[in-house]
Amino acid sequence: MQFLMMTTDTGSETTAPDEKLHAEMGAFIEEMSKAGVLLATGGLDPRAVHITSSGGKVTVTDGPYTEAKEVVVGFALIETRTEEEAIELSKRFWSIVGDGAGTIQRVFGPEDVPGA
Amino acid sequence: MTTAETNREIHRRIDAVWRLEAARIIAGLARLVRDVGLAEELAQDALVAALEQWPESGVPDNPGAWLMAVGKRRAVDRIRRDQRLERKLEEIGHRMETGPESGADGADVEAVLDDPIEDDILRLVFTACHPVLPTPARVALTLRMLGGLTTDEIARAFLVPEPTVAQRVVRAKRTLAEAGVPFEVPEGEERAARLASVLEVIYLIFNEGYAATAGDALVRTDLCREALRLGRVLAGLAPKEAEVHGLVALMEIQASRSRARTGPSGEPVPLLDQNRALWDRLHIRRGFAALLRAEKLGGPPGPYVLQAAIAASHAQAADAEETDWARIAALYEILAQRAPSPVVELNRAVAVGMARGPAEALGIVDALAGEPSLKRYHLLPSVRGDLLFKLGRFGEARTEFERAAALTRNAPERALLLERAEASGRAAESRPRSGRGV
Repeated sequence: MQFLMMTTDTGSETTAPDEKLHAEMGAFIEEMSKAGVLLATGGLDPRAVHITSSGGKVTVTDGPYTEAKEVVVGFALIETRTEEEAIELSKRFWSIVGDGAGTIQRVFGPEDVPGA
Repeated sequence: MTTAETNREIHRRIDAVWRLEAARIIAGLARLVRDVGLAEELAQDALVAALEQWPESGVPDNPGAWLMAVGKRRAVDRIRRDQRLERKLEEIGHRMETGPESGADGADVEAVLDDPIEDDILRLVFTACHPVLPTPARVALTLRMLGGLTTDEIARAFLVPEPTVAQRVVRAKRTLAEAGVPFEVPEGEERAARLASVLEVIYLIFNEGYAATAGDALVRTDLCREALRLGRVLAGLAPKEAEVHGLVALMEIQASRSRARTGPSGEPVPLLDQNRALWDRLHIRRGFAALLRAEKLGGPPGPYVLQAAIAASHAQAADAEETDWARIAALYEILAQRAPSPVVELNRAVAVGMARGPAEALGIVDALAGEPSLKRYHLLPSVRGDLLFKLGRFGEARTEFERAAALTRNAPERALLLERAEASGRAAESRPRSGRGV
């Protein structure tokens, strides 16, 4: 099963978030690589462009922005056998990283297609 | 009711922790007791302790360390108690006083386990795949010790009764102990041979899941993933081995096709007929990256790197018509020299047929006619039928397709072959035009 793990900006840190994110991700990548479960990972620029499609018209805007604490700043796609394993690995990630918040969501694969 | 629920949750958590930690714990304990069989038993003891205690006490903050600590304690108790193992304790004590691992109190067993565990895991892989063991035993030990699978799970995945697997494991552990197999990574020439055995086991596990034609499909997809995971772990442990990256690349690219390999009613879809939009780009990209890593290491490419390069060539073609058959045929030629086998020859024939026409390919296939290992292999007459059809020899093609249909056990495939036989028959009657060559 694949899981998308996302870290969200807690809004607490205001100094050099890029560098911190870098170190966090470095430690995380090492841990997940050792376990052989990491498929992809990356950091996201918090400045997002919003796109809306309505009635055949596509609108691109720079705002309004989401609350800082809801902005996803980094992600990792991992492949584990069970949800518990994904959570267990996530706990390890946070034990490396320290304070913060994030989400884990299942990514549906071919095995989840009805009738497959 | 709620208690039962939480209990179940804790058991699922313990299960997850175990799968993630089994290799590290067994490997660490094996360094201590120098016996992977005993190490595995001790690790199982620690797991049982967790199953008894965690539902009461909760899962500890660092469950892996907890399991390791219990395992170590059991190891020391066991060594002290067991007359047979007394000598081992002395050895350990001696090693710690004099060996490179010294520096700590000689009696302090803990120090041994504070060193990085990665080397131990690599030793564990090499020991579990030792050539002194028959292949099914290597597979069972690898899945159990490195994947943390239960004998029941292994049995279900390989469609064999559980007692068979359990017995395989017990016998394998005894064989390793009796043969005095050292817990180490071999060096020099032996290393290459032993690494080949490790890779073979991993690829066998992958194929068991990938070529699944029976059983619980989900369990078997898990087997593919497990093999991929093992391959990735191994690539991290032995990053300078090109063939390890080659195997990972091969498995990643093959796994990328999993969604396209079967049709709506579960029938197999041949590579060239697959909807390439369904190929998983992420796995392909990961496969290419692994192949690049292998190629960067230099040296003559081994069988896995070559097979990965062939798989990559297919993945690079936007559609079947764009396939670089000349390159694939050339890769098969090198593969046929380096790792000759009738199946490789047959595949080479297909590539040559696409690259240089059916006449040359037919020569290669005809040379395989007496091959005993292909006697019941439906792809031999199937490929031959295809080449004959392209050469306009419809009557012969029909016979070959019929023979292939009789050999396959897969119903949709049989239907397809019979259809082709019929088409060949019709073509034969409406009289030979010149061949519909490529």
